[in-house]
Amino acid sequence: MSTAENIQSNDGLVICQHSDLIANSGICALINGQQVAIFYLPEEEPTVYAIGNWDPIGKANVLSRGIVGDVQGRLVVASPLYKQHFDLITGQCLENDDVSVPVYPIEMVAGQVILANRNS
Amino acid sequence: MVGHHYVEQLACSEVDARITVIGAEPRPAYDRVHLSEFFAGRKPEELALTTREHYKELGVDAHFGDAVVAIDRDAKVVTTDSGRAFHYDKLVLATGSYPFVPPIPGADFSNCLVYRTIDDLGMIQAKSKNAKIGVVVGGGLLGLEAANALQNLGLQTHVVEFAPGLMGVQLDNGGSAMLRRKIEALGVQVHTSKATQTIEETGGKGNTRLVMNFADGETLATDVIVFSAGIRPSDQLARDCGLEVGPRGGISIDYHCRTSDSDIFAIGECALYGGMIFGLVAPGYRMAEVAVSQLSGEHNAFKGADMSTKLKLLGVDVGSIGDSHGKTEGAISYTFSDEREEVYKRLIVSADGKTALGAVLVGDCSDYDTLLQYYLNGIELPANPEAMILPASEGGAPLLGAAALPATATICSCHNVSKGDIISAIDGGCCSLADVKSCTAASTGCGGCAALLKNVVDDEMAARGMEVNTAICEHFNFTRQELFHIAKVESIKSFEDLISHHGTGRGCEICKPAVASILASLWNDYILEDKHVGLQDTNDTFLANMQKNGTYSVVPRVPGGEITPEKLIVLGQVAKKYDLYTKITGGQRIDLFGARVDQLPDIWKELIDAGFETGHAYGKALRTVKSCVGSTWCRYGVQDSVSMAIYVEDRYKGLRSPHKLKSAVSGCTRECAEAQSKDFGVIATEHGWNLYLCGNGGMKPRHADLFATDLDDETLIKYIDRFLMFYVRTADRLQRTSVWLDNLEGGLAYLKEVIIDDKLGICAELEAQMNSIVGTYQCEWKTTVEDPEKLKRFRQFVNSDAADERVVFVQERGQPRPATEEETDQLLAKSA
Repeated sequence: MSTAENIQSNDGLVICQHSDLIANSGICALINGQQVAIFYLPEEEPTVYAIGNWDPIGKANVLSRGIVGDVQGRLVVASPLYKQHFDLITGQCLENDDVSVPVYPIEMVAGQVILANRNS
Repeated sequence: MVGHHYVEQLACSEVDARITVIGAEPRPAYDRVHLSEFFAGRKPEELALTTREHYKELGVDAHFGDAVVAIDRDAKVVTTDSGRAFHYDKLVLATGSYPFVPPIPGADFSNCLVYRTIDDLGMIQAKSKNAKIGVVVGGGLLGLEAANALQNLGLQTHVVEFAPGLMGVQLDNGGSAMLRRKIEALGVQVHTSKATQTIEETGGKGNTRLVMNFADGETLATDVIVFSAGIRPSDQLARDCGLEVGPRGGISIDYHCRTSDSDIFAIGECALYGGMIFGLVAPGYRMAEVAVSQLSGEHNAFKGADMSTKLKLLGVDVGSIGDSHGKTEGAISYTFSDEREEVYKRLIVSADGKTALGAVLVGDCSDYDTLLQYYLNGIELPANPEAMILPASEGGAPLLGAAALPATATICSCHNVSKGDIISAIDGGCCSLADVKSCTAASTGCGGCAALLKNVVDDEMAARGMEVNTAICEHFNFTRQELFHIAKVESIKSFEDLISHHGTGRGCEICKPAVASILASLWNDYILEDKHVGLQDTNDTFLANMQKNGTYSVVPRVPGGEITPEKLIVLGQVAKKYDLYTKITGGQRIDLFGARVDQLPDIWKELIDAGFETGHAYGKALRTVKSCVGSTWCRYGVQDSVSMAIYVEDRYKGLRSPHKLKSAVSGCTRECAEAQSKDFGVIATEHGWNLYLCGNGGMKPRHADLFATDLDDETLIKYIDRFLMFYVRTADRLQRTSVWLDNLEGGLAYLKEVIIDDKLGICAELEAQMNSIVGTYQCEWKTTVEDPEKLKRFRQFVNSDAADERVVFVQERGQPRPATEEETDQLLAKSA
């Protein structure tokens, strides 16, 4: 599939398959020129989360390679560069109120990871 | 030492003075307190308190190896042996003392030596080479230290003392008798009440021996004699220029440390204050500070000093506090003597039983700190003072809580640190024992106050509710050490198991890598197994070091720093092919920078095919074992340091630990591999290897401590096995060995007990655990490149083969480097 265009389905854009994900960790996808970090947390509900891959503090595309976990119950990823936490649901940086990263509506449907159609 | 302290204090004060130092010895000031460590392999440089370079930085004009021979007080000029003259406005005499050699016929034979300077020690060492028997004349503190030195040199050792008991100044008869008993058990023969009348040489050339003839008609044959029968102040210069001296020597000073000439000060062991010579370093330092304060205008006063002392002589703990002989009028005393354990304690109290006047401790100094504080601060004794010296089990000695000490109480006498100083350090943000140590210098002198310091720090932290939260993070209410123990005892092999039974929440970037490291140290699974991969820091996940632009560096292992031309060529070819920046590391290997995540597997395939292994530069694990070329090539090398370094590196490669570990092996004492700056360093000797532990370069450099000497290969490896596993088990997360040792209660002595004497009975287990780690080693990169599933992770995008457009390089000095943000923007704009 790799270089193929992302497939448009009725429910949205198919990004990748379940088998491409890594449990309790992240991967990165290129969606319309944007780098998106996708995290798969099989124990959580929902099980997939997507935020921008760009680390606005470390200034590099690395957030998909951070460690995921929680801070006071909030699901977060810690930047692998300087360890700031970013909320997986809101994109907010926990250490700096003025910093946040974009979040993307994503879901797992029948073994496929899908970027939800914003219009639907 | 005292003169040096004066120079440092003056140079760092407000006083604007031009300082000139003139010393008779060929080297700058060194640590005489730890002089005996010279025989344990400590080199003169390691005993040094300063360097010529440091004096230069301080703007001090220093002249060593040129003794002052005359003082012209009218012209204010001193002249030296080499004929140079120096003018002064103020002159400070810190000439110290010289060993007293009794006027015995024959005391000037060439094998009659003294114990005072590094050169003296070198002479003792040289003369002992072919000797079997050594005699120390003098059973005082220095005499016993000299006896220890002779024993360390392998001589059959005798101590000859004129008085009826050992250490008569500090100990009462009971204490002296117990000390004798203990050191005789160590193989030192003690002869008391012996007056030496003559010394004769016997035998012919080449096998001369000495015979000592005593007043009682007995004789003693020996090869070497060391005189250590007390010290005399070096006051000749002062006498020659007419300064006032005491009837039994010593330059008279007032409480401002001024001599009879108001422009001349005297400090340290050459000075006589109140009819007393102060032969300890702490009072000498106080004098130096007082003398500096006369120039700075503060005019502090020296008021005498407490001569209490605690030390280890020939491995025997000895303590003496205040009026140890109970000479104070009306004094009463309590004595405890245990001949089985060979412990003697005596407490001398005032007639009303309320204040401690003095104490004698032999064989067990654990009560010293408490008793000293009672004595120094006049704290009222409990109703049953005897409990102070009784063994804890019998009625429980009332331990003096640190809280009971007044803020003025001196905790560290070497550096004059009071409890108040420690409190302000904690108020100023120190939040660990190690912080307090580095901030106040407390316990960095003789180290005798370590236990007391820890009590004070713990107590103060607890008092302000800083109750040191040792939990590793919000998900586990345990320290790393406790988590290690839990995982081991319950055979827990995954993070999920551990957090569901012993933690809360989902974990974080603190506990996950820490647990991953613990599991690796215990079970040594492949770290990228599905259940472990999410725990790893990005460096471990991608088995490479992430750099600032999100690319990685690649560091193959080069054991011992030895590499063939073929392998060097491969490194060059790979770097060229993938356009990587190359740099030689401090650990004698080659770092290749700028690899994109998707390039890593291809790069490693080529490296593995050429025979390389992963270097674990990305892991909290053993990094490198540096080496010099050793006896194979070097004219000076005494052992094959390269072979040893390669063996050590191959043995411990891949060992996951609380922090990174570095090592080095030097082939001789020139120490070209810088082993003393490593977590464990090995230096070759003629007889084997010296092992140094817990050194560190980095932000806070620390010289490694000499741990054991002249080890054979097998013992060396055994000790390193035990040391590493003990560290892996007990250290905090991200705690280097240096900080770990600083925080280890009991310090180096305790570490020796655990590793050499197997005090905890765990050495067999530590070795077994190490053997299991060594036996299950795998090259993580080899495992990874052979597993297509794992390789899937090494893609920039899961759905595209595009590259990260923000990863851009520019050329500098013929190599790529990451473009700055502006450069990246410009380059992207151009290409758009």
